[in-house]
Amino acid sequence: MPFIPHTDAEIAAMLETIGVASVDDLFDEIPAGLRVDELEAIPPALNEQGIGRLMLERAEQDGRPLSFIGAGAYEHHIPAAVWELATRGEFYSAYTPYQAEASQGTLQVIYEYQTMMARLMAMEVSNASLYDGASGLAEAVLMAVRANRKSKSKKILMPRAVHPDYRRTTHSIVHNQGIELLEVPFDLEGGHTPIEALQEYAGEDIAAVVIAQPNFFGILEDVDALTDWAHANNALAIAVVNPLLMSVLKPPGHWGAKGVDIACGEGQPLGVPLSSGGPYYGFMCARMAHVRQMPGRIVGRTVDRDGRPGFTLTLQAREQHIRRTKATSNICTNQGLAVTASTIFMAIVGDEGLRRMATQSHANTRRLVDKLVGNHVRPRFQRPGFHECALTVDLPLERVLRPLAAHNLLPGYSLKNDYPELQNALLVCATETKTEQDLDVYADHLGRIIETQTSAGCPVKPKM
Amino acid sequence: MSDIPSDLKYAKSHEWVRVEGDEATVGITDHAQDQLGDMVFVELPEAGASYAAGDACAVVESVKAASDVYAPVSGEVLEVNDALSDSPELVNQDAFGDGWICKIKISDPAELDALFDAEAYGAFCDSEEH
Repeated sequence: MPFIPHTDAEIAAMLETIGVASVDDLFDEIPAGLRVDELEAIPPALNEQGIGRLMLERAEQDGRPLSFIGAGAYEHHIPAAVWELATRGEFYSAYTPYQAEASQGTLQVIYEYQTMMARLMAMEVSNASLYDGASGLAEAVLMAVRANRKSKSKKILMPRAVHPDYRRTTHSIVHNQGIELLEVPFDLEGGHTPIEALQEYAGEDIAAVVIAQPNFFGILEDVDALTDWAHANNALAIAVVNPLLMSVLKPPGHWGAKGVDIACGEGQPLGVPLSSGGPYYGFMCARMAHVRQMPGRIVGRTVDRDGRPGFTLTLQAREQHIRRTKATSNICTNQGLAVTASTIFMAIVGDEGLRRMATQSHANTRRLVDKLVGNHVRPRFQRPGFHECALTVDLPLERVLRPLAAHNLLPGYSLKNDYPELQNALLVCATETKTEQDLDVYADHLGRIIETQTSAGCPVKPKM
Repeated sequence: MSDIPSDLKYAKSHEWVRVEGDEATVGITDHAQDQLGDMVFVELPEAGASYAAGDACAVVESVKAASDVYAPVSGEVLEVNDALSDSPELVNQDAFGDGWICKIKISDPAELDALFDAEAYGAFCDSEEH
């Protein structure tokens, strides 16, 4: 079925009825300079063979480097069954399932996903997903401002140790709505967000406090104290976490005396491949008390007139097709396919599988750090971390990164562009996909490069 | 046509006002609840908050839609009907009684003159339906 079912004659009749000459005239109010008439960068249509060739060439540009970069997207094992099932026709074209009578399978998958995610976070309710982790945090901030009726300020405490992309995206989305993101510094030695840094705002009207666990540097925050501080100051607590690690670390619903109000993050580690940066999906969970301020879809379980169980979209009255400008969000879809894959992934590996992946990733990163640290390399921060680690190299980092890249090895994420105060610092992560041999390859290359670059004098001695 | 008590004032946006001294009790009309259908949630204002006439001060959410409730008169909210938090259906069952939403301290009595009486509101509803 075509998505635009109107014939030219019907379109002409509709235009005549409203007194407009052409469809283009409907967009008159958009200044001509902002309109794009032709998509010049888009090449003409290709046949299947041409597309296949193009995609292959593009994929080859990425190469297959040995990657030790985490920094928000993580290479994990994905059982073959996950995408075999997720790409079945019944799931593959998943669109927002408005028609409950025709979409029970899709709705049930989302319902199961919500159940799993709520349990993983120890929260009461989950939505059907958002676009990605970064925009998910922006939605959480908007939601907190709506939900915190004790606060009038629209001020949010945003630690500098939160993922820089998440902070930038959140700023882009919220700053025109009068919401102010106040940056909370991290401890330059410990790498954590000290409670004293929040204390400066004690007694002020703060709508919410963002708490990352672990933070961008892989350092474990004192989440209990930060959450309790938020609540003691009439602010909501927003957790932003790696969902896989919540199988091992204390989940946001249990932080502090009362647990956080909203938990969000990037769903990619749960069965979604890196695939050059996307598509991924964001997740969001909340306390039931805030459910009416939650953006996006929520699938509920109910019974039909004969008492049989079934699934349907719920809480739709708050959405944009009914509430227009006053909708809780303009997020009107979910990342159906990625969520389907995540749901199948979690069902296949189970809670034990999640725990093993998380602990093995952490153990691998520890082993890698132990191998790398020594001559001219040391951990940047002193506090305990998990799953990811920042290292400092006593050399200009470029002189180390370039030769490693020449060996088809991505050694980590350089922090200096986002954090000028962290020169020559490298964020490394070795997930369970890395073998002992992979770690040794990295350590051997790095050791040799550092040795070459630091050995005194000219290595080529003149013959006498 | 649903019942329209003669001792109340009415706004175009289908709120009713019961004036007692300088206090105005506010709710939505029986006609409004009938149009909206079964109530599932009422988002109440907070006691102490101030609104100008015409400001959105509450939200009523039914199975069909979520709609703003506008303050028919300016003033400070003195009291809200907490019973609606657990029993939003009171708005359907008794729109002019137990389904009241909040009480406002009237800051400008002249605003009451701009509201409909029962007869004018009835005529207004009829005209809206046609």
